[in-house]
Amino acid sequence: MEGGGIRIEGLHKRYGKGETAVDALKQVDMRVAPGEVVGLIGPSGSGKSTLLKCLGAVIEPTAGRMILGNEVIYDNGWKITDLRALRRDKIGFVFQAPYLIPFLDVTDNVALLPMLAGVPNDVARTKAMALLQALDIQHRAQAMPSELSGGEQQRVAIARGLINRPPVILADEPTAPLDSERALAVVRILNDMARQFETAIVVVTHDEKIIPTFKRIYHIRDGITHEEIGEGREFD
Amino acid sequence: MISLAGRDILHAWGKFIFTGIGLGLLIGVTLTMAGVYRGMVDDGKVLLDNSGADLWVVQKNTLGPYAESSSLYDDSYRGILALPGVAQAANVTYLTMQIRQGENDVRAMVVGIAPGGAGIPGWPPYLVAGRQITRSHYEAVADMATGFKLDDRIQIRRNDYTVVGLTRRMVSSSGDPMVFIPLKDAQEAQFLKDNDAILQNRRRIAENPAFNRPAIPDLLDTVITSQSSNPYVNAVLVRLKPGYAADEVVEVIQRWKRLTAYTRSQMEDILIGKLIATSAQQIGMFLVILAVVSAAIIAFIIYTLTLGKIREIAVLKLIGTKNRTIAGMIMQEALGLGVIGFVVGKISATFWALIFPKYVLLELRDAFSGFIVLMIICVLASIIAIHAALKVDPAEAIGG
Repeated sequence: MEGGGIRIEGLHKRYGKGETAVDALKQVDMRVAPGEVVGLIGPSGSGKSTLLKCLGAVIEPTAGRMILGNEVIYDNGWKITDLRALRRDKIGFVFQAPYLIPFLDVTDNVALLPMLAGVPNDVARTKAMALLQALDIQHRAQAMPSELSGGEQQRVAIARGLINRPPVILADEPTAPLDSERALAVVRILNDMARQFETAIVVVTHDEKIIPTFKRIYHIRDGITHEEIGEGREFD
Repeated sequence: MISLAGRDILHAWGKFIFTGIGLGLLIGVTLTMAGVYRGMVDDGKVLLDNSGADLWVVQKNTLGPYAESSSLYDDSYRGILALPGVAQAANVTYLTMQIRQGENDVRAMVVGIAPGGAGIPGWPPYLVAGRQITRSHYEAVADMATGFKLDDRIQIRRNDYTVVGLTRRMVSSSGDPMVFIPLKDAQEAQFLKDNDAILQNRRRIAENPAFNRPAIPDLLDTVITSQSSNPYVNAVLVRLKPGYAADEVVEVIQRWKRLTAYTRSQMEDILIGKLIATSAQQIGMFLVILAVVSAAIIAFIIYTLTLGKIREIAVLKLIGTKNRTIAGMIMQEALGLGVIGFVVGKISATFWALIFPKYVLLELRDAFSGFIVLMIICVLASIIAIHAALKVDPAEAIGG
């Protein structure tokens, strides 16, 4: 694939064996270019979360091919031995709930990953502060997660997902707990970050408020993806 | 690198402190139990130290005078004094009893000491107030733990004594404070009967034809007189001349005096190995149970704290945190809890040891050993929580 991003070809995931086997993903094909934000939508049980878990190297697909950045990570079997390092270095996660570490302040929540990887604390914190500035939340740098609003927490979670400059960010219902205004603000931030850091972002969502903002959308039904052109509505 | 455990403890310090206080009280009890045992051992050593003796001569084939009753004639000391290597020999009696003072009574060990003044084996080696006994009768020196004060009048059997001196840390092997009185008084007190019993005894003797012979008119009076005095003591305390080996003198005493003698180390073995052995086992069992209970409590607390962070742990695992880091966080929290508990326990034990009725000796080496054992318990207790944390599927952080 040219220039990184995400490419998925013929991904298949089967749970169980024999008569009780369930094909959660039957035929998933997806491309997300660097700097692009795509939506992944579908009804409950359609396979969204399973696809996210496969992409996040949390569960192993049954067959198919996945490429993150310029690296084939799965081709009918994992091509990477250290999946933990893959998740740490190549994939950023943003969840429905921010799941910030409650006993760390905003800066350290963002700086945690590099600090755990051995980067000196002050270097990691400087990097975190730069991201917090980019997300316009630097004034809350010393606050604890419990002191933040839902929107602020989600911005911190995005900053945490971006701290290692991963080529890919997987966002699982990132606007679910937010009102329209804050939800759109989060999507705007994701778009800005995608452009700024050349990151490919997949946003799994049910949220009708943000679906019109995607230029491309993947519908997933019964484990099969269908690509659609989205409205790509501009932010005011 | 950032210390996740340290930050968690700082963030939830109230929870850790209160849990640590609860755990600390339990640890305090454990340290106190060890202190009770050490106190018993120390009481035994103090008893031997304060007697001022190198050898204890007792009734043949007994473990007296502390572990078994022992009775020997009060003139035995003269023969012992004549043996080579013996510098001093003094009679002594021990009698544990309730001593009355006004309406109250105090459990104490009454020690009968031979005349001669301070420096004679058996005498209290030092006083904290007042003076030593100078009269032959009815004066007493009491340990401060009895609660008696100078010039107090105390009652031993039927006689009243005046407290003329006070001493400290003079206790029996079971921790009862000592009261020193003149030997003759103590001998009398050991066998003193009430007036009715004395009359009954005299009548029984008078009615015995063997003692009431017309041909020997003084026999009855002689027998009655002999029965009203007590020529026995419990032990003879011996101090050796410089240059003589205790074992050799023991051998001479046992061979020529038909008595049993013990050296200091033998007497220590009797006191610690026999007299307080069962109590030590009892305390040992308590310590084991307390250690198991502490381990269970720490394990439960750490497990509960970890379960409360399962979602965060799933996120940490999903974003690539190493298992080692997560395990380290849980183990450090367990150790942190242990440290808080130990500090609270040590402080509590230090304060409440002072109000125990018997001596509680908190030794630094016990505290150190306790700390090491506690840290091991914390590490072991955290294993269950670590196992639970490492089993968490990072996929739990992703919905669906």
